[in-house]
Amino acid sequence: MINGKRVLIVIPAWNEEASVADVVREVRGELPGVGVLVVDDGSKDRTHEMAAQAGATVARLPYNLGVGGAMRLGYRYGYENHYDVVIQIDADGQHDPRYVPKLVDALDDADFVIGARFAGEGDYNVHGPRKWAMTLLSIALSRMAHAKLTDTTSGFRAANRRTVELFAHWYPVEYLGDTIEVLVRLLRNEYRIVQVPVTMRPRQAGTPSHSPIKSTVYLARAALIFCLSMVRK
Amino acid sequence: MKLTILTAISGLAVLVFIFELVRRRQLREKYAVLWGVVGIVVIPLALFPSVLNPLSRAIGVASGVSLVLFLAVVFLLVVCIHLSWEVSRLEEETRTLAEDIALLRTELRERVNQ
Repeated sequence: MINGKRVLIVIPAWNEEASVADVVREVRGELPGVGVLVVDDGSKDRTHEMAAQAGATVARLPYNLGVGGAMRLGYRYGYENHYDVVIQIDADGQHDPRYVPKLVDALDDADFVIGARFAGEGDYNVHGPRKWAMTLLSIALSRMAHAKLTDTTSGFRAANRRTVELFAHWYPVEYLGDTIEVLVRLLRNEYRIVQVPVTMRPRQAGTPSHSPIKSTVYLARAALIFCLSMVRK
Repeated sequence: MKLTILTAISGLAVLVFIFELVRRRQLREKYAVLWGVVGIVVIPLALFPSVLNPLSRAIGVASGVSLVLFLAVVFLLVVCIHLSWEVSRLEEETRTLAEDIALLRTELRERVNQ
């Protein structure tokens, strides 16, 4: 219980045996009394064992669906088990669970809260087309939200019961759909989105790609997903 | 003359193949009907290609054969789009099933542990 609400932390994990146990232990240490669900997204390694040993509830997908697929499962679990708040945290250790109560408090007057990097602080340096994509997205989405949204692709996010109910039935599985399309759909349906500044830690494993071709493809895909989500029913 | 025999035999072969697939329960009826109709339309056209000439002249296509080719391309394109749509739908269905299995296994484990 945080602030009188039943809170579930959902950690989507795909081949994260090196870091998932530490993340689960840290969450359970910092936030006693919250549910912790690790969604093992078809991992080939021992992710589910490490997570279960660390004390998390584990839901294992039979094959890899991607973050969006793992998260819909998480929201379904949260919805069916009557949680008031579902919070997504990455399995690579870059999100600090001590910010979770701040996110829950922000849900008092919002339906969806994004934990966003401070401008500059805890930044992983992005350049070129990937940076443009993120800037364009934050301009467009901020305007739609009537609020400042600077880090629209953050994987640190909190949903209230109303949003959890929507996500239990609908959550896109496509790459980038889980970040961009979700926000557009929420805003088009008059859900309130706000952001809370958080400091991100360096990832324990993995770095974003800096290849110019890949980041151009990223820009194109982001633009496509955004345009599609504007016209979709 | 030889060409008409070749195309007629091809059409017949497709018909036999479809029938065999249905007989072995390898093909759903809706697809069997689709391809069966294609075969049935193609065979007479192959034997008497001139029957379409009046129609093709009426809509401004030089020969019946060109008209058939054009229609075939359009038809195959539509079939391909339909199959992509079916695959998308199937992926969504298997995704829901995968979620259901994961939820059931989680629930089962929680009950065993209690």
